[in-house]
Amino acid sequence: MSWRVGSRREALAVWGLLLCVAFAPDAVVAQTIAITNATVYPVSGPRLEGATVLMRDGRIAAVGRVVSIPASARLIDGTGKVVTPGLLHVQGALGLGVGRALTEETDEENTAIGGTTDGEHSGEVSPAFNVLAAIDPNAVAIPVARMGGVTTALTMPTSGLVAGQAAMIHLSGQHTADMVLLTPAAMVADLGDGSRGAGGGSRAGALARLRALFTDAAILRRRRADYDQNRIGVLSAPAEQLEALYPVLDGRLPLYVNANRQSDIENALVLATDFRLHLILRGGAEAWRVAAQIARAGVAVVIDTRDNIPSFDGLSARSDNATLLREAGVTVILAGQDPGGQMNLRFEAGHAVRNGMKWDDALEAITAAPARAFGLADKLGTLEAGKVADVVMWSGDPFEFSTGAELVFIDGAEVSLKNRMTELRDRYKTLPPSY
Amino acid sequence: MNTRSLKRCSPRVLLPLLLAGCAATGRTPAVAGPAPAAASGELSWERQQYPSTYRRRPNPPVLITNATIMTAAGPEQRGSILFQEGRIVAIAPTLTAPEGATIIDGTGKFVTPGLIDDHSHLGVYAAPGTFGENDGNEATNPVTAEVWAEHSFWPQDPQIPLAIAGGITTIQALPGSANLIGGRSAVVRLIPARTVQEMKFPGAPYGLKMACGENPKRVYQNRGPSTRMGNMAGYREAYISAEAYRRKWDAWLKDRKGDPPARDLKLETLADVLRGKILVHNHCYRADELAQMLDLAAEFGFRIRSFHHVVEGYKVADLLARAGTAASVWADWWGFKMESFDGIPENAALIQHAGARAIIHSDSPEGIQRLNQEAAKAMYSGNRAGIPVTREQAIRWITANPAWALGIDSVTGTLEPGKAADVVLWSGDPFSIYSRAERVYNDGWLVFDRNDPAHQLKTDFNLGQTAPGVGR
Repeated sequence: MSWRVGSRREALAVWGLLLCVAFAPDAVVAQTIAITNATVYPVSGPRLEGATVLMRDGRIAAVGRVVSIPASARLIDGTGKVVTPGLLHVQGALGLGVGRALTEETDEENTAIGGTTDGEHSGEVSPAFNVLAAIDPNAVAIPVARMGGVTTALTMPTSGLVAGQAAMIHLSGQHTADMVLLTPAAMVADLGDGSRGAGGGSRAGALARLRALFTDAAILRRRRADYDQNRIGVLSAPAEQLEALYPVLDGRLPLYVNANRQSDIENALVLATDFRLHLILRGGAEAWRVAAQIARAGVAVVIDTRDNIPSFDGLSARSDNATLLREAGVTVILAGQDPGGQMNLRFEAGHAVRNGMKWDDALEAITAAPARAFGLADKLGTLEAGKVADVVMWSGDPFEFSTGAELVFIDGAEVSLKNRMTELRDRYKTLPPSY
Repeated sequence: MNTRSLKRCSPRVLLPLLLAGCAATGRTPAVAGPAPAAASGELSWERQQYPSTYRRRPNPPVLITNATIMTAAGPEQRGSILFQEGRIVAIAPTLTAPEGATIIDGTGKFVTPGLIDDHSHLGVYAAPGTFGENDGNEATNPVTAEVWAEHSFWPQDPQIPLAIAGGITTIQALPGSANLIGGRSAVVRLIPARTVQEMKFPGAPYGLKMACGENPKRVYQNRGPSTRMGNMAGYREAYISAEAYRRKWDAWLKDRKGDPPARDLKLETLADVLRGKILVHNHCYRADELAQMLDLAAEFGFRIRSFHHVVEGYKVADLLARAGTAASVWADWWGFKMESFDGIPENAALIQHAGARAIIHSDSPEGIQRLNQEAAKAMYSGNRAGIPVTREQAIRWITANPAWALGIDSVTGTLEPGKAADVVLWSGDPFSIYSRAERVYNDGWLVFDRNDPAHQLKTDFNLGQTAPGVGR
C-alpha cells in the first residue's frame, strides 16, 4: 500500500485540527461515536474499505461496511483515513518520569534525569518488587506516546536477574488506579550479559540462580509448614520474594525474559519447559537461529527491529529477525527501547515491513499479538464488537513518516493529542516567542 | 600571511590555510586531491602529518536510466545519470551509455547523493562494544585537543558495512563528549580498507569536537569543571593559551631565527582553530548555552561550523541563521537526560524555516543506517505542523549540508557534473519507510549491492562468526 504525501493545505488543515483538540478537555466522557467511510484494519480480519467503526459506552459496538448508526452518535468522516486498534507498547518505562535511564554514548557518560529511574533498583533478585506505585499518571511521556497512537503500555522494572513485576497501563487517566489494566502483568527477568553479575560473573551462574529460585519457590509452597517451623534449609531468596513467583509457577503470570544469544534463548526455553512457565522472550537477537524451536514452544518474542549490531550478547543480530521468526510461525511482537520513543512504535512495524514482513503481520505485532501474549486478548488488540474501544484514526498508512494519528480514543473517549512537545513547538513557532 | 611563510608551511598546514579564508566567509573551500609527497623538513611539524593514502578505484562507467533523481542542488528530475572515473558526467532526461558502461534500469527507483553523517562514532566506538575498543573518549582531562579520532579509528568495525548498506558514503568520526574539548575528528569515506589512512577524505579539513553542558560537568565533577560556568571557564582558559601559542609561532615563522617554540599538540590544534583551519563541531543541547558558545567564539575570533544535537535549536533558530552556524540534529530524540528534555520533532523544520542550515545526524550505529528516514520523519513532522519544508530542502539535510559542515561540499554532497560519484540508488522514495538502498557507489566504486553478496562488505570481525551481514 502507499499513500502520497499530503499537500501543504492538508498539513495546515491537520494543524488546525490539532489546535481544536488541544482546547478540548483532557478526556471526554465516553459517548457514542461513529467513524464512517474509513479504511479499517480490524486485525481480527481482513481490511475493510468504506467501513464504519461504532463505539458506544467505551466499547466497540460494531465494525463493518454496513452498520446502523444511532441518531445521537457523534459522526466522524473517515474518508481517506485509516483506522486501527490502539497500539500496545510492551517494552519500556512509560509513567516512570520522563523515561528510562539510558546510556547516552558510553558507560562513563551514562546519565538520567534525576528521580526518573524508578524502574531501576539495587536488588539482583526482586520478584516481589512491583513497579506500579512508581508510575506517575502525569508523566509527560504519556501524552507524547499517545501522539503516536499508543494507547496501552507495559511499564517494566529493569535491573537485575529478576527485576520484578511489570504493570500494563492504559494511557489515559487521572490516577494510576484508573490506568491499570493488569498488575502484575509480567515477571521481568534477564538472562543476557546484564545479569552475569547476579550469577557470580557467569551467565551459567545466572541461569542456575534463576532455576534455584523456581525450585525453591515450589518447595516453599509445598512445604510452607516446614518452613515456618524452620525445618527446611536455607532457600535461595527470602520467603516473600519466592511467594511472588507462585503465579509464575502456575503459568498465570508470564516470565518476561531478556535473552539475545542463541544459548541463552535455548536455556530460557528449557527453563520454561521444566517449570511449565508462560515464557515471553524479549531482545531475541539470535532468535531467528532457533525460530522453529521457539514456534514449537509457543513462545512470543518481542523484537526491536533496529537491533542488528553484533555484540557478544548476540553476534548474529540481523535486520530481518522479526520476519524470519514470523515466517517460522512465531508470535512476533515489535517494540523499540528508545527513551521516550514509544511514539515511534508504528515505525517499528514499518521497519519490519521494509525487512520483509507482511504488512498485516506487522500491524498485528503491535496490536493483537502483544494483547494475546500478555493475556488481554479479550479486551484489546483488535477492532471487534465487545472489545475496549481503543481506536486510532490515522491520516494514512500508519507506518509511514508522512502520516500521523489524527484522533485517538481510549475506552471510547477521545484523548488529547496536545502534549509538552506540541506546546514547546507552538511557543517557538514564531521567533522571538511571546512569553 | 605572506608568500614566504606559506611556502614554508608543511602541506598539512598549507591546505587548511587555503580552506580557511573560504570557511570564514561561509563559501565553499576548494579541496585538493591526495596529499602531496612528504615535505622534507628537519622538524616533525614540517613533515606530513598522518596523510590520506586514499586512492579512487577504477570502475566502469555507470548509467542509471529513467529514475527520479534527487540532486540536492535543485528540483527532482526524471531521467538518467551517468558517472565515470569517479565523477558525475551528466544528468539529463536521456543519455547515451559510453562503451563498457553498466546500464541500470532505474524505473520506479530514486537516486540521491551518497549520504553524509557529520556525527558518528563508527570506528572509535566500534562493535562488538567491548572495553577493548572503547576508544572514543579520552576522558582523562577536560581539554584533550591533542587527541585525534583517526588514531582510534578501527577500519574493521562491523558497524561500517551496516552504515554503507544505509547509503552512507562519508562520515565524520568524532571523539565523544566527555570533554570540553575532545579532540580532532576524522572525515572518512566508508569503504573497505585496512587502515584509516586509506579512508581519509583527501583534502577534508579537520574538525574539532567541543562539548557543552551535562557530560563534561558530570565526568569531571570531582576535579572540575562541575558546573556550566566551570565549563565556560575551561574553554576560555584553553583558548587564551592557544592565542599565546599562536602568537609565539607566528612570530617565529616570520624569520625563523633561533630555536622554534616547543611544539604543544594541544595548543597546535587550538591555534589552528583560531586560524580558521579546523572546523569546530560543538555538542550543545540547550538554547542558552548555544548563545554562550557563539559569544565564546566571538571572543576568540573563530567560527563554530556546526552545533550538534542542539535539541533546543528551534528556540534560537534566528541566532543560528545570523551566525551562519549549522545545526546538526536528530529527528526527535528527547527526554534521555535533562538537557534533552525539550526536544521536539519539528526542530529541524523550524531551523530550516528560520533560514539556518539544518543537518540530520545520527550519533548512533543504528540511526546511521536510516539517516534518510530520520530526515523524512523530521520533514513530515514539520509539514504536519504547518511548517513548510520541501523535499529538496530535506534531502540536503543529509547530503549537501553535512558536506558543507565538513568543508567538502565542493567535492561531494550533490549530484552535479564534476562532483564525486557518490551515488545511491534507492528501491523507492528515500523518504518512505519501505525504501532501501539497492546500490551504493563511493567515488564511483560499487561498495554495496543488495542483490549481490560479492558487493556486501564483511569486515574481518564478521568472518567466521555467525553474523549474517545485511540480511534480506
